[in-house]
Amino acid sequence: MNFKLLIIAGMTATLAACASTPPPTTTQGPTSEPPRTTRTETPRTEPAGPIPGTEAHFVATAGDRVFYDLDRSTLTSAGRETLRRQADWLNAYSRTRILIAGNADERGTREYNLALGARRANAARDYLVSLGVSPSRIRTVSYGKERPTCRESSERCWSLNRNATTMIEGGVTG
Amino acid sequence: MNQIIRLFSSLVLFVFSAGAFAQQPLQVDISSGHLDPTPIAIPAFIDDGARESRGADIAGVIAADLESSGLFTSVDERAFIENIQDFNLRPRFQDWRVINANALLIGQVTRQSDGRLLVGFRLWDTRLQEQLTGLQFVTAPENWRRVAHRVADAVYERLTGESGYFDTRIVYVSESIGPRGEPMRRLAFMDQDGANPSFLTDRSYWSLLPNYSPSAQQITYVSFLDGQATTYVYDLESGRQEALFASGGAGLARIDPDGQSLSARFSPDGEQLAVSIELQAGHDIHLFDLRSRNLRRLTTHPADDVEPSFSPDGDRIVFSSSRGGGSQLYVMDADGGDVQRMSFGGGRYTAPVWSPRGDLIAFVKQENGQFSLGVVASDGSGEERILYQGFYVDTPAWSPNGRVILFTRGDRGREGTEYEIWSVDLAGFNLRRMPINGQSSDPAWSPLIE
Repeated sequence: MNFKLLIIAGMTATLAACASTPPPTTTQGPTSEPPRTTRTETPRTEPAGPIPGTEAHFVATAGDRVFYDLDRSTLTSAGRETLRRQADWLNAYSRTRILIAGNADERGTREYNLALGARRANAARDYLVSLGVSPSRIRTVSYGKERPTCRESSERCWSLNRNATTMIEGGVTG
Repeated sequence: MNQIIRLFSSLVLFVFSAGAFAQQPLQVDISSGHLDPTPIAIPAFIDDGARESRGADIAGVIAADLESSGLFTSVDERAFIENIQDFNLRPRFQDWRVINANALLIGQVTRQSDGRLLVGFRLWDTRLQEQLTGLQFVTAPENWRRVAHRVADAVYERLTGESGYFDTRIVYVSESIGPRGEPMRRLAFMDQDGANPSFLTDRSYWSLLPNYSPSAQQITYVSFLDGQATTYVYDLESGRQEALFASGGAGLARIDPDGQSLSARFSPDGEQLAVSIELQAGHDIHLFDLRSRNLRRLTTHPADDVEPSFSPDGDRIVFSSSRGGGSQLYVMDADGGDVQRMSFGGGRYTAPVWSPRGDLIAFVKQENGQFSLGVVASDGSGEERILYQGFYVDTPAWSPNGRVILFTRGDRGREGTEYEIWSVDLAGFNLRRMPINGQSSDPAWSPLIE
């Protein structure tokens, strides 16, 4: 998964450079360039775990993905549970910014799935905002069916690909 | 790209018009099934060009065009008896009738003093012994394929009564996987028969869902250049591309984006775009005026309204919406009024496209794990007709004469669905894979280029 996120981040950086508007601050993922942690009050530190405040830490402690039922964008109880952990983490690391990517399985037409992915990302964002995460820290994007994490044509993969994935943007910049 | 537009400097001569005969001249019925395609003989065009001769190439392209319609079959040249040597002499019709060639197309290529080609043809009805049509074209030698397509269009038009669609281009999405496993989606062009393929956008960002303008000089598409789906307008003549939306109001619409913007389709007069834009957590159909740059919201329902497509008279817009629960088709006036639901069958309906003839709307239907390509009368009367059913279908695209539909067909592959562009005719016959290397999707058919 991590290498895919790296590609996303790298692609965004390249594209931003081509665009006429000023490039948004984007991150390289956690593995290529470990973000500097300048915060002092690290809550709980596992001796061998990921560095607190990093995306790896976010994934390990909160979970980066919530899953949706077929053709739906309403949160499941498991999804709300994950988002509550994400909100706790984000409220602890209050200077992180996130990108929520909405994804759909390949069993839908292209434009329909772009809209569905946006709806899924928005549902996750709205729930985080209701838990106290500032909307100014959150960007959303829909990748529709274009960026599956699981590539087989099987119900198992399709259910994994119906998700909203939260990615840490800009690392912890202090 | 501009060679697409300015190609034929002149159309010189109209040779013949039919007289009144008691017997009906050869006519190909386009609406019934095509189990019995009309045999046509197309000998190599007579060409004085020696080693540069294009006579056989031109005849080959014409034959391939006509056969691809499913309405014609080209008679094997090894059966030919008469060797046509003079373009201006009447053929020996008996020689063609005995090999069952109902129609005979003969042609001639001559080189003018300025180096250009003069290509003439005569289409004969071998039974009535009558010339049905004949034309000459003048063009630069490198445009010989386009001349061949123009001849095929003229033959198709004369024999079916419908306008042809062979002198056209197709823009589509070339799909591949990059060196690090990342999906790549590039816009590509080709002639309608697969010749002259070329890429329009590079591999650093995704390009999706292209559509042609009525003049074929512009396309719209969805680009991820800015990180999220954004509608772009690409001028083929200048190579200039502009986003409809960009942060800070830098896009054509001069407003800050609230979310993504999706595929845009031109109004028939080419002056407006219908496009779905994400606003306040829902997608709504908007009208963008390309001259005034005014953006007008047409739908306000909190559900997603996407995939707008104009009727050919410009008065109505069909779109898909999840306002009724699952996705269904709706039609409204071009100012957003009088919304009517179009589809009532089971399953999920998406990707509606209005036929250029106005009478039909093509759509994708998803039901019980199967995808179908269908058409339904645009006035809501009558039953839907399914033209193709399979594992996956998306993005129907009409031929300019409204007789053939291109679509994305997906089949189960080792690493997810594999996509190819296929065509099928309105009767559900003549299912054909388009000759494209690698995976492809999202076809859009150019209008006939004048």
